[in-house]
Amino acid sequence: MLRAFFVALMATTAFAPARAETVSHFTLENGLEAVVIEDHRAPVVVHMVWYKAGAADERPGKSGIAHYLEHLMFKGTDDLAPGELSKTVAANGGSDNAFTSYDYTAYFQRIAADRLELVMKMEADRMRDLILSEDDWKTERDVILEERAQRTDSDPRALFGEQKQAALYLNHPYGTPVIGWRHEMEALTREDALEWYRSFYAPNNAVLVVAGDVTPDAVRALAETYYGPLAPSPDLPERARVQEPLQLAERRVIFEDPRVAQPYVTRSYLAPERDPGDQAEAAALTVLAEVLGGNQATSVLGRKLVFGSGEAIYASAFYDGMSIDDTQFTLAAMPAADVGLPEVEAALDKAIAEFLAEGVDPAQFERIKTQIRAGEIYGRDNTEALARRYGEALASGFSVADVQGWPEALMAVTEDDVMAAAAKVFDRKHAVTGVLTRPEPTEVAQ
Amino acid sequence: MIRILFALLAALLFSLPARALEIQEVTSPGGLRAWLVETHDIPFTALEISFRGGASLDAPGKRGAINLMTATLEEGAGTMDAQGFAEATEALAAQFRFNVGDDTLDISARFLTENRDASVALLREALVNPRFDQTAIDRVRAQVLSIIASEAQDPNDIAGETFGKMVYGEHPYASSINGTAESVRALTREDMFEAKSRVMARDRVVISAVGDISAAELGPLLDSLLGELPETGAPMPEHVTPRLDGRVKVVEYDSPQSVVMFAGPGLKMDDPDFFAAYVLNQILGAGGFSSRLMDELREKRGLTYGVYTYLVPKDYAELWMGSFSASNEKVPEAIALVKAEWAKAATGAVTEAELRDAKTYLTGAYPLRFDGNGQIAGILTGMQMSGLPIDYIESRNEKVEAVSAEDVARVAKRLLSAESLTFTVVGKPEGLE
Repeated sequence: MLRAFFVALMATTAFAPARAETVSHFTLENGLEAVVIEDHRAPVVVHMVWYKAGAADERPGKSGIAHYLEHLMFKGTDDLAPGELSKTVAANGGSDNAFTSYDYTAYFQRIAADRLELVMKMEADRMRDLILSEDDWKTERDVILEERAQRTDSDPRALFGEQKQAALYLNHPYGTPVIGWRHEMEALTREDALEWYRSFYAPNNAVLVVAGDVTPDAVRALAETYYGPLAPSPDLPERARVQEPLQLAERRVIFEDPRVAQPYVTRSYLAPERDPGDQAEAAALTVLAEVLGGNQATSVLGRKLVFGSGEAIYASAFYDGMSIDDTQFTLAAMPAADVGLPEVEAALDKAIAEFLAEGVDPAQFERIKTQIRAGEIYGRDNTEALARRYGEALASGFSVADVQGWPEALMAVTEDDVMAAAAKVFDRKHAVTGVLTRPEPTEVAQ
Repeated sequence: MIRILFALLAALLFSLPARALEIQEVTSPGGLRAWLVETHDIPFTALEISFRGGASLDAPGKRGAINLMTATLEEGAGTMDAQGFAEATEALAAQFRFNVGDDTLDISARFLTENRDASVALLREALVNPRFDQTAIDRVRAQVLSIIASEAQDPNDIAGETFGKMVYGEHPYASSINGTAESVRALTREDMFEAKSRVMARDRVVISAVGDISAAELGPLLDSLLGELPETGAPMPEHVTPRLDGRVKVVEYDSPQSVVMFAGPGLKMDDPDFFAAYVLNQILGAGGFSSRLMDELREKRGLTYGVYTYLVPKDYAELWMGSFSASNEKVPEAIALVKAEWAKAATGAVTEAELRDAKTYLTGAYPLRFDGNGQIAGILTGMQMSGLPIDYIESRNEKVEAVSAEDVARVAKRLLSAESLTFTVVGKPEGLE
C-alpha cells in the first residue's frame, strides 16, 4: 500500500506515551515552568522553550506577526550578533530551529549533552534582550513572503486548505493562516514585531523542556542561573480569543486550479478539543478517527470505500485534540479514476451513516487497544517526540498530569463512547465540505 | 558582540557515542550476514532489510514494476488477503514498511519482544509468499497512477524528472521509479513475480538489527525470514557519468515561484577526497544558516526561504547538487549568485574559521545521530551499503578532523566549476537568458 497521499497519522503519534518515572517538573520563582525528561541511552540533549503565544493570539489585521517574530528571534540581542546563535549551535555540532502554531511558538536546539549550558545561556538571552536593526527586519519580511510563496501560493492543496480553514471558523482566529494573509504580511513592521515580543516573551509565559542525557537537578541549577534572573512580565495579555457562535449552516468550498491532478473531497466538522482535566471526549474522538480511517485495509472507510465499492483510491479520517479552542474532525476521500466527486462524497456520507447504524467492530476495537499499549513501548525510542508533546501540552494550558493521563484516557474509551462521540460530531451544520478539482475545460470557438 | 562565545570553542573534540556502540557481525546458520547492536532497554527490535539495486533493476519496458511490486508485498500473503495481513499485523502491534528507491528496496520492521516469533512468521509470508492477487495489484496500481498524475503537476517533481532526463540519458536514474501511466497500466501479475525475483535475492541483501535480541536469536530468525529467497537476481545496473555541461533548462509552469535545481560533478563515498568535499559542501551550502549560499541568498537579500546543497553519492553515479525556490522575478539574480559562489568555492579558498566551524559541526553532529534503535539500524544499513568497515564509526570523526585547507582546495579545483553547473528551472522566471 502507498502512503504518499496525506500525512499518515501513525498510531505511535496519536497514542503518546508518558512514563512518569523519567519525567520531572518544576517552576522557577519568576514563573518559568520546566519539564525534564531523562533518557540516558545517547549523549544528546534537546532544549526547547515554548511561548504561550501563537497565531491565534494575534490582533486583527496583523496576521503572521507571531511567525514573523519567530524569524526575527534569530537576529541578535545585546550580547549576540545577528545569526550568531545558530552559528554557535552549529559550530558545536548541534542543530536549532523554531516553529509557530496557532497556540504556541517554540524554539529548540539539539546538541551534545555537555553543551546544554551554552544553548541555555543563549536562549535565555533572547527571551528579554532581542534587538532588531533597520536592515534585518525588511530583508526577513521578504523571506517570510518567499516562505508563503513556496509553501502556500505554489501549492493548490495548501491554498485550498487555507480557504477551507477560513470557512470553518466564522469568528475564531483559527480561521486565519498561521503564516498570515499575504496583504497583511506585506504591511508588518519592526514596531509590530517588537510589540508582539514585549507582550508575550517573558519567563512567566514560557515553558522550558529539556530531554535527554541530563539529570533534573543539573537542569534546575542551570535554569536558575540563566532563566532565573529574567524579570517576569507583570501584564501578560489574557488568552481569551473570540469564540465561535452557534454554527447553523453547512458551508462548501470549491477550489479549482489547473495544477490539480488528483481531485478530492474533504469535510471538516467543528469538534471539541482536549480540555485540561477533562480528556475523555477527545480520547473518544481520537479512537474514532482510528476506527474510521487509521489503516486503509482495516478501518471503516478503507473497508467500505477502497476495498468494498472501490469508489475511492484513498479514504481517511483525522483528529488532533491538542488545541486551546474548538478543533476539527476531518474526513477525506480521493475518487477512483472513473468516479466523480459528487459520487465519492455521497459514498462517504453513506459510509458514515452505515457506521452510525452498525457500530464498532469489536475485533477492530481490540486491535486498536493493542496498538495503544504498544505505542507506550515504541514511543520510548523517540525522546524528542515525547519532549514535543510535553511542550505543546503545557504551552496550551495542560498539566503534566494531563499528558501522563492521556494513554489511560485512551484505554478507558469504550465502544459506546466512540459511537456517542460520532453521533455528536457528525453534524453537518458545523461542517465545511471542501472540493479540490480542476476547472472544467472551456470550449474553444472555432 | 561575541562575549557569549566563551571558552567552549577552544578545544572541541567530540567523543563518539559515549555508550560506545558495540556492533556484532552475525552470520546465520544458513550463511546470511547481519550487523547487530544488542540493547535491552526497550522490549522491541528494529530490523532493516535492504536489497541493493532497488527500482533500477526494472526489466526493459517494465518501468514501474518493482515499485508496484514493493507496494503490493503487504497486500496479501500465504493464506491471508490484504485485509487479513493488515489485521494480523495490527493484532501483533508489529510495524512493517516497504519502500523502494533508485538504489535499494528497503523493509523496515519493528516488533515487540513478546510477539517476536509471530511477527517474523508474518513478515516472512510477505517476503517469501506474497500473493499479488489481481484485485490487490489493480487497487495499488490506481494509487500509483494517481501519484504519477500528481507528480506531472508538481513543480518539484517536474524539476526532478526534467533534471534526470538531462543528465542521466538512458540510465534507469533518468526516469521516475513510478514508471509512466502507460508502462504501469501494462504491468501484469506475472510482472510482479518477475520484478520480485529480479531484486529480492540473497546475494544483494543487507541486514541490520538493533534492540532486544541476541546474536544467537537473530541468526535463526534471519534464516526463517529470508532463507527461502532465491540466491541471485538481475544483474546490477551500469555506472553512468552524468552529462553536466552548464545548460540552464526552463520548464514553463504557471506559479508565482520557480523551483531551481542545479548540479555539478560529485564523487564516491570511498573516494580519498570524499571528506574534503563533505567539509567544503558544509561551508558552501549544507550548513543551514552558517552556509555561504544561505547567507548570500536569504540572509543578505531575502531572495529565498532556503537554499541547500548536498553531495549525492549514488551507487552508480555521483553528483554535487543543490536547490532553492524563489519568486519568478528574483530567479536570475539568485542563479547568478549561486554561480558566483560556485566559482568562488572553485578557487578552493576557505578561511580558517570556516574550516574549523564546519569540522566542529560535522564531528559534533555525528554522535547525535545515534539516538534510537530505529535510527541506529538505519545507520548500520547505510554503512554496509557503502562498504564501510564495521569499526567505521570510531574512525569517522578522525577522517573529518584530518581534512586540511589543502585537501579542500584540491577537491574544489577537481570538482567545482561554474561552467559545468547545470540548472533546471520550473516556473515562469523573468529575465532569464
